Amino acid sequence: MISPSTRRDFLKQSGALIVSFSAASVASDLGFVTSAAAQGINGNPGTGLDSWLAIAADGRVTAYTGKCELGHGLFTAQTQLIAEELSVPLDRVTLIQCDTALSPDQGTTSGAQSHPANFNNANLALAGATAREALVRLASTRLGVPVDQLSTKDGIVSAPSDPSKRVSYADLVGGKTFDLRLDPNAKRKPPSTWTVLGTSVKRLDIPALATGRFEFVHNVRVPGMLHGRVVRPPAVGANLISVDESSVRGMPGLVKVVVKKNFVGVVAEKPWQAVQAAARLKAAWSPGTALPPQRTFYDHMRRSPSRDALTVNSGDVDAKLAAAARVVRSTYLYPYQMHASIGTACAVADVQGEKVTVWSASQAVHPLRATMAMMLGIPPAGVRIVFRMGAGCYGVNGADTVSYDAALMAQAVGKPVRVQLGRQDEMAWENYGLAFVIDQRVALDADGTITAWDYEGWSPSRGGRPGANAPGNVVTGFLAGFPPQAVTPRTPAPPPQGGFENGSNTAPSYVTGCVGPECGGCGVVKSERVLNRTVDSPFFTGPLRSPARLQNTFAHECFMDEIAASVKADPIEYRQRHLRDPRLRNVLAAAAKAAGWDARPSPRAGVRRTGVVTGRGVSCVLYEGDNGYCANVTEVEVNQDTGVIAVKRCVVAMDSGPISNPDGIRNQVEGGTLQGIGRALQEEVTWSADRVTSVDWRSYRPIYLGAEIPRIESVLINQSSGAAMGAGETAITVAAAAIGNAFFDATGVRLREVPFTPERVKAALQRR
Amino acid sequence: MSVFTLKVNGRTHSVDVDPATPLLYVLSDDLDLRGPKFGCGLSQCGACTVNIKGQAVRSCVTTVGSLDGSEITTLEGLGSPERPHPLQQAFIDEQAMQCGFCVNGVIMTAKALVDRTPNPTDAQIRQAMATVLCRCGANQRMFQAIRRYAQANAAGRTA
Repeated sequence: MISPSTRRDFLKQSGALIVSFSAASVASDLGFVTSAAAQGINGNPGTGLDSWLAIAADGRVTAYTGKCELGHGLFTAQTQLIAEELSVPLDRVTLIQCDTALSPDQGTTSGAQSHPANFNNANLALAGATAREALVRLASTRLGVPVDQLSTKDGIVSAPSDPSKRVSYADLVGGKTFDLRLDPNAKRKPPSTWTVLGTSVKRLDIPALATGRFEFVHNVRVPGMLHGRVVRPPAVGANLISVDESSVRGMPGLVKVVVKKNFVGVVAEKPWQAVQAAARLKAAWSPGTALPPQRTFYDHMRRSPSRDALTVNSGDVDAKLAAAARVVRSTYLYPYQMHASIGTACAVADVQGEKVTVWSASQAVHPLRATMAMMLGIPPAGVRIVFRMGAGCYGVNGADTVSYDAALMAQAVGKPVRVQLGRQDEMAWENYGLAFVIDQRVALDADGTITAWDYEGWSPSRGGRPGANAPGNVVTGFLAGFPPQAVTPRTPAPPPQGGFENGSNTAPSYVTGCVGPECGGCGVVKSERVLNRTVDSPFFTGPLRSPARLQNTFAHECFMDEIAASVKADPIEYRQRHLRDPRLRNVLAAAAKAAGWDARPSPRAGVRRTGVVTGRGVSCVLYEGDNGYCANVTEVEVNQDTGVIAVKRCVVAMDSGPISNPDGIRNQVEGGTLQGIGRALQEEVTWSADRVTSVDWRSYRPIYLGAEIPRIESVLINQSSGAAMGAGETAITVAAAAIGNAFFDATGVRLREVPFTPERVKAALQRR
Repeated sequence: MSVFTLKVNGRTHSVDVDPATPLLYVLSDDLDLRGPKFGCGLSQCGACTVNIKGQAVRSCVTTVGSLDGSEITTLEGLGSPERPHPLQQAFIDEQAMQCGFCVNGVIMTAKALVDRTPNPTDAQIRQAMATVLCRCGANQRMFQAIRRYAQANAAGRTA
């Protein structure tokens, strides 16, 4: 299973040579505020066609991508893309993904950026189009037929008017380089002509997954490989005082106890031996730091020094609020949640001096290469990171940190080491999704129309993705002595500048979003102020599927529902009244129509105060302000005696531009919605005085397969003339608000704190 | 360390391990099988499930020393990408997964269920899946795949 050691060797085998490479610096992704561009999510992949595509002597196409499969079907969709643009059968395409020695540096596979990055007129799609045009030009010369009289099919260029005029790609360039740059004017095939892209091609990896042949990173085996196990501190902030190696001396298979500042691990010949030695190892630690009590954590956030940023500020919000016929205000609360992947994180590392290979499920192989070199104290030139899929990650789970774990131990023993984290090691120390406190106020005129919107939100931050230079942003780097990216307080916030940037959906859909002369918001409310305050977090934080966007959308969309209810307006009609973006209006209307929306104000008339009641709610978003439209109509049943909310039906309308694989999007809508329901109803990180206490599936509550789940119906809007947008994080963003709004419709009670547990629901109903 | 003889997917293996070693570690690391997965090590998620005597057994908490020599079937013992078992084919047809890490536990638990309850009701499927976990939220499709297989299986039995 050892991959070829260099891209050059690999390409000799596949029949071509490469041209361009870049070692782009990639900024860290704090998971909020900044745009994909500002975060450097998409790297700097270069424009040499040969770094994206090669055609072998036998006509097989090898394509290289820096955006990798995370369980969302991207591997298959990118294979479809190349097959389509190059006019070759799907099974003639080999896709090489995310290997620092082979694939272009496309930064991080995250933020629902892969579809926009590789399926529009750039990068992988443009490589396909550029190559196809180049092949047609070569064929024109070879066949003596004008370019406009040639067509491509099944890897052959031919003249439809003369069957004798035909030549295969293999005959044109097989085994040779193109020596071309990506041509920004190369013409993509129009979606109306697609035969492979845009169809529900079945996932190419599922047969291997369903039968146990698929190689996850967990299955990587290299000769002479040993097994490591980490020993994390017992409490947050505890420092290592001493390790008693005699406590494990003589244990079977033990190879070495590895210590580097606060990092402790044991290496053994076999994994179970490593597990046992790690459990037996005696280490003395200082007491942890006192954690802010969970009960009052939201107030703690409000009181903490903050780094303030304004998304928009029209300057007249206070005046409008003072002059309003009425002001509506509310506070929404959102807890820390975790990625909690089904498989704990795993990596295999081989460190031989300055030559390093790490098999990793990181979403960010090129950035990881840079920080791995920092961790090991060696130059990055000899470091190769090879992506192998891990369990679904949904953001920065333990994949990066365990890559450091494996590398530190491999460096210490001089042999390849595989590390898989224990359940508690992963859950107690991962980079949690952000908690939030959000205060909002609106001014209403005499007609009940919103005239001003004021948002002030607090969220905690510590670390995040390691990016190119901050290994301390995840726990292992921190334990080994690197600081996490810190919050530098800054109050007051400087005025917003450089255009409307709503990558974290801090601004609601209903404002105009004007910064300078440009207005990028989806709505009509001109008086607008959106102030986000970032405070220090006691725990590591990082992007968790729809980071900040989900939390903000929960607050915006529930609050919008409150406002509509306060003026006795239908929730959808009231939203439409304040929206100007036609595509957002369209997904709302499409979801309403498909769901058979019962147009009337909420709550429904004659709400009973006991027993089971039903309601419907809605929410919508333009994800990241520019990356996918979504609306969700949800129906719930509430048992007012037990406090249990049963979500019965979700109708989700999506518009993410041209659809690359309809069934793939449906799978994302269903999974995203269900994950969103779990996060809305059940999931919450908990902690005691000095440590995290949600460390397994009893203390962190997931939706098991045995649970009753709603019928989830997708309404896919194929906007074939638009740009390709994100589709993987959109549906999850709107789930919690739709449930909260449906609950209000059913009961007349507003839930303002996630998760909506039965205890919290009963308490809210009792306050009615 | 002790030598144990294990029958796995029709083949016999000898391994020399500590009797307290969980079966999962032997399957993954001594026999290099990829089907059973480490998810939690606590019997809380099902990712490690294998079938023994028609039962879905959690190999992460089953020690090698506790085995009685019965045949062990893992996901790769059911079928292959070239010749998938009908239950695996149902998961392929329904595209019933996302990351696929949990699917070992889902399929092996469903296999044991349908073997003893040929045409299970939805309630029986839910009960069997009560502590099987999928974090990607492919639940709807997984249920459909299990139903599809169970119905075809029941029809085949009565035919």
